[in-house]
Amino acid sequence: MRPAPALAEGFPDLSGMRIAREPHWFRWISAALIVLVLAGIARAFANGQIEWSYVSRFLTAKVILEGIVNTMVMAVLAMALGIFLGIVVAIMRLSPNPVLKTVAAGYTWLFRGTPLILQLLLWFNLALVFPTIGIPGLWSARAVDIMTPFLAALLGLGINQGAYTSEVMRAGMLSVDVGQYEAAQAIGMGRLRALRRIILPQAMRVVIPPLGNEFIGMVKATSLASVIQYPEVLHNAENIYYANSRVIELLIVAGLWYLLVVSILTPLQMLLERRFARGTLRPVR
Amino acid sequence: MTKPLVAIRSVSKSFGEFQALKSVSLDVWPGEVMCLIGASGSGKTTLLRCINQLAIIDSGGIWLDGELLGVREQSGKLHRLSEREIGRQRLKTGMVFQRFNLFPHKTALENITEGPLQVQGRKSDEVRAEALELLRRVGLSAKANSYPAQLSGGQQQRVAIARALAMKPMLMLFDEPTSALDPELVGEVLAVMKELAKSGMTMMVVTHELGFAREVADRVVYMDQGAIVEQGRASDVLGAPREERTKAFLSAVI
Repeated sequence: MRPAPALAEGFPDLSGMRIAREPHWFRWISAALIVLVLAGIARAFANGQIEWSYVSRFLTAKVILEGIVNTMVMAVLAMALGIFLGIVVAIMRLSPNPVLKTVAAGYTWLFRGTPLILQLLLWFNLALVFPTIGIPGLWSARAVDIMTPFLAALLGLGINQGAYTSEVMRAGMLSVDVGQYEAAQAIGMGRLRALRRIILPQAMRVVIPPLGNEFIGMVKATSLASVIQYPEVLHNAENIYYANSRVIELLIVAGLWYLLVVSILTPLQMLLERRFARGTLRPVR
Repeated sequence: MTKPLVAIRSVSKSFGEFQALKSVSLDVWPGEVMCLIGASGSGKTTLLRCINQLAIIDSGGIWLDGELLGVREQSGKLHRLSEREIGRQRLKTGMVFQRFNLFPHKTALENITEGPLQVQGRKSDEVRAEALELLRRVGLSAKANSYPAQLSGGQQQRVAIARALAMKPMLMLFDEPTSALDPELVGEVLAVMKELAKSGMTMMVVTHELGFAREVADRVVYMDQGAIVEQGRASDVLGAPREERTKAFLSAVI
């Protein structure tokens, strides 16, 4: 055995020593201050002009529950439409074809450029422009019958969402290394297959946090559909307080439901993120 | 008597179940060029990363230039240093990575000047002159305004060495600096490292280039399963290994 050179002296063996737990005084003090402020706010509300019994009574009222179900149905369907349109438009935008590019850019320009509430009102009132719609000679119907609040809300919210989502998707696709397109082409994939099999799955990792944002935004944007009589939770809450004048109580009921839904969505997003992070966590040696 | 520049005492480090370092002790002396060899997973890269505090040791102590790294001893307990103090300690070491890790959105020159300008807050004309001199030293004067993607692997690694040197470190850490390079590009990087060794820089080099170790290293350390198995002069360890594990490794590599 070759002798190792003698180690220099003056460096004590620390291997038995523990790392101290720092007291973190500042964290404790700031946490205490925040709790104090929150307690003050809670006290103010408890003593304010709010009849809390109305809140608890209407929190689980049938009309409110139907409203929140309608809110969720609309949010999921409109978001699905938005993501579908967003992917298609993002692919068009990144295509070498100038016609597709221009159409995609025009779509984004139009639907991002006007207020959502205005778009909802336009869809709902489509009958004023086109009394009957259909395919000439084959089929036609009265626009008033077709353009229900549900369909108008779905089209308004989904198509508007698509314009925003397309930019999120485009950012995700741009974040994937060019070498990945080349590697996909090298094993014989066409452009669309490479996008679907190789690029989009990698883009998803980048895209999920902003899409989570967009979806949470969508849950709350459905409340705008109350102006076109879609019976989502805010619309139903309003209808109740028109009758009983308990305005603040019912707004709190609706607010609590929105908070609950968003609280459930956040952990779901984390699960999705973990799924799409496969292969990116690097092993440390 | 001179003091070791790096003193490593009973350092252990685990990643979950896997024990990467098992009570490793080692001195690195000023001006010494040390090559660390061993199979992947033997702990040599982890040892370098612990010295640069990219990995935090579980127990033991590492002193750099007489200063204990990462923790402060006070009344019989160890207290972790703040991020800022750790940053100051890191400035004493320069790190060269296997995959270069150049900033892709900056030119070769900007890669080199980024640290001195942003971290050390030095004057720009002075930093620029030094950076150009460093580029000349690594033979890339003509590439000052090229982006990393426009450079070959060997050129990128030479820029990375210049970037590390720009911070004027006392110790240079090389983590398999030629493993990601095409064979014909290895020589140009090793030449820069040889020149650096000749200039008196203290260097710890994790490498599979036994030729380089034989020619340049003052000491070769063979590691296996998180421990130092054998160390000594390059001619001894590489030419006449005494431990069975060293012999097996060398015959597998050559």
